[in-house]
Amino acid sequence: MARQHQDMAEALCERVRQADHDKTPLKIVGGDTKAFYGRRVEGDILSTRDHHGISHYDPVELIISVRAGTLISELEAALDAEGQRLPFEPPHFGESATVGGMIATGLSGPRRPWAGSVRDFVLGSRIITHEGKHLRFGGEVMKNVAGYDLSRLMAGAQGTLGLLTEVSLKVLPKPTATHSLRLAMPLASALESLAEWGRQPLPITAAAYHDGALHLRLEGGPSSVAATRERLGGDVLDDEFWTQLREHQLPFFADTDERPLWRLSLPNNTPALELETRSDTDVLYDWGGAQRWVRTSIDGRSLRDAVATAGGHATCYTPGASDPFMPLAPSVAKYHRRLKATLDPNGIFNPGRLYAEV
Amino acid sequence: MNILYDERLDGELPANDKQQVLERLQHALPSLTLLHREEDLRPFECDGLSAYRVLPMLVALPDTLEQVEQLMRTCHDMGVPVVTRGAGTGLSGGALPLEQGVLLVMSRFKQILEVDPDARVARVQPGVRNLAISEAAAPYGLYYAPDPSSQIACSIGGNVAENAGGVHCLKYGLTVHNVLKIEVITIEGERMTIGSDAFDSPGFDLLALFTGSEGMLGVVTEVTVKLLPQPENAKVLMASFDDVEKAGKAVGDIIAAGIIPGGLEMMDKLAIKAAEDFVHAGYPMEAEAILLCELDGVEADVDDDCDTVRGVLEGAGAIDISLARDDAERARFWAGRKNAFPAVGRMAPDYYCMDGTIPRRELPRVLKGIAALSEESGLPVANVFHAGDGNMHPLVLFDTNKPGELELAEEVGGKILELCVEAGGSITGEHGVGREKINQMCTQFQPDEITVFHAVKAAFDERRLLNPGKNIPTLQRCAEFGAMHVHNNELPHPDLPRF
Repeated sequence: MARQHQDMAEALCERVRQADHDKTPLKIVGGDTKAFYGRRVEGDILSTRDHHGISHYDPVELIISVRAGTLISELEAALDAEGQRLPFEPPHFGESATVGGMIATGLSGPRRPWAGSVRDFVLGSRIITHEGKHLRFGGEVMKNVAGYDLSRLMAGAQGTLGLLTEVSLKVLPKPTATHSLRLAMPLASALESLAEWGRQPLPITAAAYHDGALHLRLEGGPSSVAATRERLGGDVLDDEFWTQLREHQLPFFADTDERPLWRLSLPNNTPALELETRSDTDVLYDWGGAQRWVRTSIDGRSLRDAVATAGGHATCYTPGASDPFMPLAPSVAKYHRRLKATLDPNGIFNPGRLYAEV
Repeated sequence: MNILYDERLDGELPANDKQQVLERLQHALPSLTLLHREEDLRPFECDGLSAYRVLPMLVALPDTLEQVEQLMRTCHDMGVPVVTRGAGTGLSGGALPLEQGVLLVMSRFKQILEVDPDARVARVQPGVRNLAISEAAAPYGLYYAPDPSSQIACSIGGNVAENAGGVHCLKYGLTVHNVLKIEVITIEGERMTIGSDAFDSPGFDLLALFTGSEGMLGVVTEVTVKLLPQPENAKVLMASFDDVEKAGKAVGDIIAAGIIPGGLEMMDKLAIKAAEDFVHAGYPMEAEAILLCELDGVEADVDDDCDTVRGVLEGAGAIDISLARDDAERARFWAGRKNAFPAVGRMAPDYYCMDGTIPRRELPRVLKGIAALSEESGLPVANVFHAGDGNMHPLVLFDTNKPGELELAEEVGGKILELCVEAGGSITGEHGVGREKINQMCTQFQPDEITVFHAVKAAFDERRLLNPGKNIPTLQRCAEFGAMHVHNNELPHPDLPRF
């Protein structure tokens, strides 16, 4: 049930001002569904849940502005009522997932390679700075290049640079036709076919390989979806597959597996890595092969070295990992520290969530 | 209003002796092409905003990244400002040189390093022209989506610096949506890879921060872009209206019908006339406004969408709707729009091109406001509009040789931008702030927001040596520039002196 709109910005500003004054770290929490995604933060809990509600939705302008504490499910329901959606298909990982966490973690679902990521749809934001000032960056227009793009910088920054209170997003109409299918084939053929289809204007919006079969989703106009369906054939697949994949509800992700869960992000068209062929390793390919979920007993260091050699990076999804995110190159790390130091000099915003030093 | 660097308002610049800087650079970089004589510097005195010209102290034309690194290190050591320039087509004076600074020209880096059709990416040097990327990708059925009107000349390094757009942004995005990775060199001469060949990278999204940062944070030395499959089919509908407001409403109706056109452009009567006189695109001269709507994708879908859009346009009161019969006619319809700026340029000795964005619903009100400003000033204004994404390009016609007209044109332009901000929009959709809109930044942002921008700048360039005076105004400038951003009826920074 949708809750009453509530604007708690003043109270949040005061809370941040006090923390900055006292140099007390804050642990920012929305729905607490993605705590596993990142390092452990020690700090006073600052909840964004009471700052909620859709502050502005204009379907014809294709924009929606929504407060950080709003449930993703509420946001999606409002869009659904107008025949629109969030094209980046964010994972919820729990009913209480909020919009603030969606932006802060920057996670996107199976449609990402074709539609874009969370940050691609961010148009503007409201942010409380370490001084407790409530500022506005970007806006509710599609194109805006005035000033630095701080709104997109917030996506994936895990709340370490400021407190996000509101975000403006571009939204899109839902397609008129959808069809999901399953094609049994070896992995090598699947990767080869995906490379070939990628050069053609086909209405593919999800591609995953697992258990000896390529799973595809087609979305677009009825004519093109029908034509592609006829061309590719295969067995009909329930669209629910994509939700289960997005939410890690497929058996592959079951907690009973004691091996750590890794996410590999790799360039398009990367062949199977050697480590993927090990007998103690299972792989599920998403994003046409550019995102791979890996269960393995191989040690993190060797895994990351192999992934880095292939031009990608690896994130550990198992809760409690000491370094879930791949270490940064020294020069890049230096500018991370400097940005953190200029935007959060007293280190109050989620310190250490992303890396020990930010 | 003079927009040239003013140390009183824009901050003091280090005073360096030209001869000393030249000798030090020649000594550190014996093989680097360095221009220092007035006649050699002259061609670099302005970018696409040619009303403003400044001779740089020196022009450096490096051929290698090692030279760029060493140049940056030496300039950083000596405290010499550096302004980076690509093809020099920018319209906001982002590459306007500084008398006390080195102009770093990246145009010799023009190699396409790699086109990978299977991964659908191209890796190019920053001086590669935007259109050259699509041309190199064409044999594989691929292209690079952002297409600013200057695409035959503008280079990709500048596209990244400005977050360049074009006529297909609503569906295919801006530069920021189509770049995977950049290599940069910082003012300290340090190399850094931002982004990666994968869809995401660990850490902060510095790629988003650098895109559109107008050369303030680092020098782009390599760009990896995404390539898309060419649409199988594209059709263009042209609709004429006897009323600008009806055309504006039709734009919203098309999107409300669930259609995202590849391109959706609007031109008003003066722009139509200019374009028609120039390229004979077949535009209806009697119309008050035309809409060009391009639908692209798989043929069957395009046909369905064409029917839908035709119905919407009829319902919105279009007096005529024509579908380009073939590729030649489609190209002609677009030629009028893509040549709108030079076409308008033939109607007056000079024109001043604005770049405001607004929520589309505000179009009728903003157009009325522009008409009133035009009437009041006596300067004609032609309107060309990326209607789909709310990006307006009003073109203010004037004659520099008439005393006071340039100032008047700038005043009208500034007021148009303030109108856009007031309507909930932005002072720049794709051309950038540069030097041109530095004062209007004070209208769009509060001093506290500008302070945060300065903090971001300081993280990458503490001594503000990279492109000083561009993009972000000082608080002193905002205090002096009349139109202060008044937030909640409180005058910001009451402690700053106002004159």
